[in-house]
Amino acid sequence: MAMIEFHDVHKWYGEFHVLKGITQKVEKGEVLVICGPSGSGKSSFIRCLNRLEPIQKGQILLEGKSIHDKSVDVNELRTEVGIVFQQFNLYPHLSVLQNVTLAPTKVRKMPKAKAESIAMELLERVGIHDQARKYPVELSGGQQQRVAIARALAMQPKVMLFDEPTSALDPEMINEVLNAMKDLARAGMTMLCVTHEMGFAREVADRVVFMDGGKVIEEAPPDVFFSNPQHERTQAFLREIL
Amino acid sequence: MQYNFDWKLVLSGEYLQWIIDGVVVTCQISALSLVLAMAIGTLIAVMRLSAVRPLVWFSAGFTEFFRNTPLLVQIFFWYFGSDAVLPAAVNQWLYKQNFEFAAGVIALAVYTAAFIAEEIRSGIFSIPRTQLEASRACGLTFLQAMRYVVLPQAFRIIVPPLISQALNLFKNSSLCMTIGVMELTYMARQIESYTFHGFEAFTVSTLIYLTISLLVSFSITQYNKYFLRTIKY
Repeated sequence: MAMIEFHDVHKWYGEFHVLKGITQKVEKGEVLVICGPSGSGKSSFIRCLNRLEPIQKGQILLEGKSIHDKSVDVNELRTEVGIVFQQFNLYPHLSVLQNVTLAPTKVRKMPKAKAESIAMELLERVGIHDQARKYPVELSGGQQQRVAIARALAMQPKVMLFDEPTSALDPEMINEVLNAMKDLARAGMTMLCVTHEMGFAREVADRVVFMDGGKVIEEAPPDVFFSNPQHERTQAFLREIL
Repeated sequence: MQYNFDWKLVLSGEYLQWIIDGVVVTCQISALSLVLAMAIGTLIAVMRLSAVRPLVWFSAGFTEFFRNTPLLVQIFFWYFGSDAVLPAAVNQWLYKQNFEFAAGVIALAVYTAAFIAEEIRSGIFSIPRTQLEASRACGLTFLQAMRYVVLPQAFRIIVPPLISQALNLFKNSSLCMTIGVMELTYMARQIESYTFHGFEAFTVSTLIYLTISLLVSFSITQYNKYFLRTIKY
């Protein structure tokens, strides 16, 4: 059984048809990189999976079960699918440590001490445990994004979504975030990453998916995708960004 | 005819005691009403932003009704009309307490809550929507996201207008003298009728209102400066 299955998923924003029949399977531990021009539906694609975006047609299965089933508690689903946003979206009024412990203590009702020790481990894993008492505003963009990764991991999700996690960062901070993501990929996390970091894709992706106009145009393992793109639009896109 | 100023008369003995008693009642009625108004105001604001239609209509109606009628009329309404509106058991209980005080608190709390609800609503709108999204994405429910993420930020941003509302409430509490609540203005008026030294009595009460207002405003501003230091997006 695949970890995630999309069956002919369609989505409209009003009149605008943003996803035009997405069918994809992602196995447990697989790392999928999704790229494509802006407006191609990449973000909508991954954001459907934790129901941040509703879909109008089709089916999405997580571990064989429809995420839109009536018996699915949306808040429970979201604890299983972590997400990291382009703009970090840390809680500015809480310290780094509190950012990470909020959901475990309030959603999982975990005792504070236990949540904090888990949070410290996660912060150590992404290399910022020495900043735990600081507030987000006191950190650099790269550090903030690593806190956001730790915050998502705190709920022990089965899948992690990354929505252009390095696009808002200064160039010298991109690598520290990518390294945290690579560690996660090597540890066996199932990941769906919307990113234009092709070095990251080459190194850890199992498959690269190219989207345009709400459809998947091409998909292949990274070595094939980069060396021998089949579709004309993929070739044009790769010429632009490489 | 010459007016003989007699400050000592107002500032000693029985009359001083009246003023002190009045200040205590003014502070009690203001504090109690403010706590209630904040609670009701928050509830109304969150209801208005919920996705449940009847709650939205109720909260919108509440705000417009109580914002757009004179406070004095509302005070009389609760004082003379509570018999008709509130359940008999509640009225029985209220009569055994200090009824004027209770009617005053209800009127002030409900009236101020309508304004506070609007301040809180605009505060919530000023928080980026991504904050709600990020907290919902971690599995928090709408109410949890409001309570732990959105409202704590919104409250810090709206502290200046909230101070205005609190000070208005504090000053508006003087209207409760009309239903016999023995607060500061009531006492000043009483001193006037006993001694004919109304000028001194009202000067003293004015200075007391001013001092307390300025102290409250100053200390909350300082407190807020400390808390706002981390909020940047």
